[in-house]
Amino acid sequence: MLHYHFNFGLIWQHFDKLDWGLVVSLELTLAAVAVSTVLGLAFAVAHVSGGRGVRALVAGYVECIRNIPLLLLVYLVFYGVPTIVNLQYSAMTSFIVTLSLYYAAYLVEVFRAGLLAVARGMQDAGKAIGMTAWQRLVHVRLPIMFRIVLPSLSNTYVSLFKDTAIASVLAVPELTYGAQWINNNTFRVIEVWSVAAPMYVVTGYAILFLLRRFERIYAMR
Amino acid sequence: MNFAHVLFEAAPSLWRGLEVTVEVSAVSVSFALVAGLLFGTALAYGPILLRLPIRAVVDVVRGIPVLVLIFFVYYVGPAAGLELGSFSAAILALSLFSACQVAEITRGAIISVHHGQMEAARAVGLTFRQCLVSVIFPQALRRFLPPWINSVTDTVKGSALVSLLGIVDLMLAIQQVIGRTYRPMPFYVLGALIYLCINYALSSASRRLEAHFAYVRD
Repeated sequence: MLHYHFNFGLIWQHFDKLDWGLVVSLELTLAAVAVSTVLGLAFAVAHVSGGRGVRALVAGYVECIRNIPLLLLVYLVFYGVPTIVNLQYSAMTSFIVTLSLYYAAYLVEVFRAGLLAVARGMQDAGKAIGMTAWQRLVHVRLPIMFRIVLPSLSNTYVSLFKDTAIASVLAVPELTYGAQWINNNTFRVIEVWSVAAPMYVVTGYAILFLLRRFERIYAMR
Repeated sequence: MNFAHVLFEAAPSLWRGLEVTVEVSAVSVSFALVAGLLFGTALAYGPILLRLPIRAVVDVVRGIPVLVLIFFVYYVGPAAGLELGSFSAAILALSLFSACQVAEITRGAIISVHHGQMEAARAVGLTFRQCLVSVIFPQALRRFLPPWINSVTDTVKGSALVSLLGIVDLMLAIQQVIGRTYRPMPFYVLGALIYLCINYALSSASRRLEAHFAYVRD
């Protein structure tokens, strides 16, 4: 151990930066989860039931997004896009859009695998009792698919929560940004990161725990 | 100035950045592979006293965002006697995160092999090490490869985060070029394409590997 005098006092004094930061992180998570789930689901349904053109488009989107660092996409959307189109948006909106587009590419794969795992007989049964294609999708395939994909869905959502840390590069005042602020203004570097990292771990596992409970309830119904 | 000229001027710094990105990724991937295989095998077969601490480390590290882990290793490392420069700290953090992913992948691949295989191998008189090397690992390999390649591309993508410690990798080189030329969009797109090429090459190589190690060959 070095001769270092730990002083957590300054961390507690500025703790509002961290706890409100965590709230902002969770807001980003909720918004991006909602948008990316809708997008991912739409793309997955298009991929499974669309023609070859649609399929190639979705596959291309997934391949592109999954092979580019999120950090670069965040910069590209916030600093790059406004230079070529006449749009103005806040850092927060920009980050939510980027994170949603990024995770939509992961969720497409999750949902697509789930849709393909629904037993063929279920759809045939739906057809036999006279359901339209839309009814079969909404009442047969999607509910069964959700039960199949819930575990991987939960894992993807927790990864999404962890990736909200990257919003700090756009000065969105979330947890990592709060920690950096304390880092730069009090120089209590060791203390602040020893507090911020466990906050992520605990929150991430809390989210996972809640989702796992939900999985059990939903599976038993 | 037209873009071709700007690009020509920027090419050397982008190339140096690319070299750093490749270096950081290669070192992290290699370290993570070795450490991850050891941890993963210990998780599958180790005694409980070995398993518990590894499980704790793996679960905690995987619960921290890579960005925060990089800052954590860089700033908190010295308190544990680890005086690291930004370059080593970034590589250590990235390797640590990736090693924990690989450990989990290894464990999953090993337990996916039916336990009867181990029993049969022991029954014909192979030692534990022979069982692992000649029976379990070859069968676990095809379960290991696809998620491992995913973790390699994740590491390449994660290496962009080292730019936030001021290491001039491809990401920061792009930022610096944009700072000089005021042309954000073309250079971000160029950077995206470079990352896309690296990772796409990796994933197509993996598809070939997977086909090679599949049970049934076409």
